[in-house]
Amino acid sequence: MIGRLFDGVPARALILGAALLALAIAAPLFASDYMLTVLILIFYFAYVGQAWNIMMGFAGQLSLGHALYVGLGAYTAAALFVHFGIGPWIGLLVGVPIAVAAGAFIGFLAFRFRVGGVYFAILTIAVAEFARVGFDHLSWTAGSSGLFLPVKQYSGNDLWTLRGLPVMFYYLLLAATVAAFIACRALLKSRIGYFWLAIREDEEAARAAGIDTFRYKMIAVVISSGMTAFAGVVYAFYYNNLFPEQVFHISRSIEIILAPIVGGVGTLFGPVLGAFILTGLAETLTGALAAIGVDIPGAKQVFYGICLLFVILALPDGVWPWVARHLKLTERRE
Amino acid sequence: MPLDIYLNVAVAGVLTGLVYGLMALGLSVIFGVVRVVNFAHGEMMTIAMYIAVVLFSAFHLDPLVMMVPIAMALFAFGYVLQKGLINPFITRPEHSQFLLLVAVAIIMVNVLLILFGPDARNVQTSYAYDSFQVGPLIVDATKLYAGIAAVVVTALLFCFFRYTRMGTAIRACADNYTGALVVGLDVKHLYALTFGLGAACVGAAGSMLVLIVDVTPPLGPAYTLLAFVIVITGGLGSLPGALIGGVLIGFTEAMAGLLFTPSAKSMFAFAILVLVLLFRPQGIMGKRAA
Repeated sequence: MIGRLFDGVPARALILGAALLALAIAAPLFASDYMLTVLILIFYFAYVGQAWNIMMGFAGQLSLGHALYVGLGAYTAAALFVHFGIGPWIGLLVGVPIAVAAGAFIGFLAFRFRVGGVYFAILTIAVAEFARVGFDHLSWTAGSSGLFLPVKQYSGNDLWTLRGLPVMFYYLLLAATVAAFIACRALLKSRIGYFWLAIREDEEAARAAGIDTFRYKMIAVVISSGMTAFAGVVYAFYYNNLFPEQVFHISRSIEIILAPIVGGVGTLFGPVLGAFILTGLAETLTGALAAIGVDIPGAKQVFYGICLLFVILALPDGVWPWVARHLKLTERRE
Repeated sequence: MPLDIYLNVAVAGVLTGLVYGLMALGLSVIFGVVRVVNFAHGEMMTIAMYIAVVLFSAFHLDPLVMMVPIAMALFAFGYVLQKGLINPFITRPEHSQFLLLVAVAIIMVNVLLILFGPDARNVQTSYAYDSFQVGPLIVDATKLYAGIAAVVVTALLFCFFRYTRMGTAIRACADNYTGALVVGLDVKHLYALTFGLGAACVGAAGSMLVLIVDVTPPLGPAYTLLAFVIVITGGLGSLPGALIGGVLIGFTEAMAGLLFTPSAKSMFAFAILVLVLLFRPQGIMGKRAA
């Protein structure tokens, strides 16, 4: 099984991956506090992007409402902690099934009634927006005034209650990203993965070949929403405050899917690379604009938008396929 | 609550819904013909709204009169956008188009933010507080004018698609892309025209809507979503459907605002969308695809 994970992977890719992983593990030793928060953000987006990629990149179902699963995970775990003092790992056991149920609900309705493509995307937005307005009026989670987790000064890290320093969250998200990467690789190399790709490429043909498309699309939604809910739990305990306007907002869903699209939809390394590029770009722009003394609200986002535009115009399939091709080319020349 | 309150709110909702419908009409035309998911639709409308605000505050030009030039400006903008940016993407997968238009939307929102700041702007016309009274019914003059204008523009567009050669050619592109190419239609040009027409609808709708709601730069995404909800509810590719969908959503939002709380009104629009997708996926006026 483990051997099969590495089938066909060039040795240099393995070495490169191992080197990057070692670098990531060692990063907190020399990274400043600021760099660490940026890295946390990067691995958060890498992980969630990987989860989204299962649905879109593998099974071909465009979800524009992944903030829903982040929000459900985050709110469930946070509310259980605030109201009953129940820790995040137990909260995870409740939050993930809730998010999975929501995903399965959307998937069941959409796939049973043959809602596909853009219509499916709009349906996912609609449910996320529905949840946003709903949570705005849900008094148990403090509605639009926001849910706050109790915060105090921490000296140590308690992984069990997820109360601690940013470094703990960094390693948690790094581990999650690596685990998601390996899990996705395993899924892609399994029977399910091949079925997904068949569905993505041509659903009619897949059905004609005897694949139960409904079932495998449902599996994709369930895995993706469950994985995303875990990120929500971490989000809640990292930021310690939750507002429906922020957590469920459509712009959160868009943020989630930008990294895998820029990195390369359907590729394993795309979401990770995309998260590095986009978060790095945003932070660089912040720094650069501050350095030249530009303090106009919106200026950074305009540059960000222009960069996005150039990426999609120059590399419509994403950056990773291009990088991968390039690395192979240099190898041949040697 | 007495009955006439419901009636008044319902009429106001229907009239606002007609303007929503005109905005959605633009999306329906673009989505139905070019098959591009225009995720910058609401943002294009905020641009139109800001043009109306600037024209009014600088030259005291009435937005309802300026509707035509604003629509023309948006037409040109839409034409250039389609010709320059979107045409190469028409055969690309949806997520690719999505990213392109999200990037365009991000740029639009933030350029508006740089130019106008985050404060809400509006237009105070001389007739802003006028109203007509018909029995127990009190109708806002502004909303009535806007609603009538929306119906007129829709009728014009309907005639264009039905009775002109160019309208027929555009419908041919929508029906059969390859076929249109084979008979020698300049599809890229027609697509750009279509996108321009859709943008013009949004421009007209924006110059009316600025009379009804205050405009802020981040208003765009909410209206993009609303437009999609309306188009899918009304039926893709059906011009009367977009108007009917708009009226339905406008009515529902107004009633939800009255019966529950105004902040929860969009929940009901999304609930309608979910119901339509499940029980009549082709939309109220749409034809069932084979």
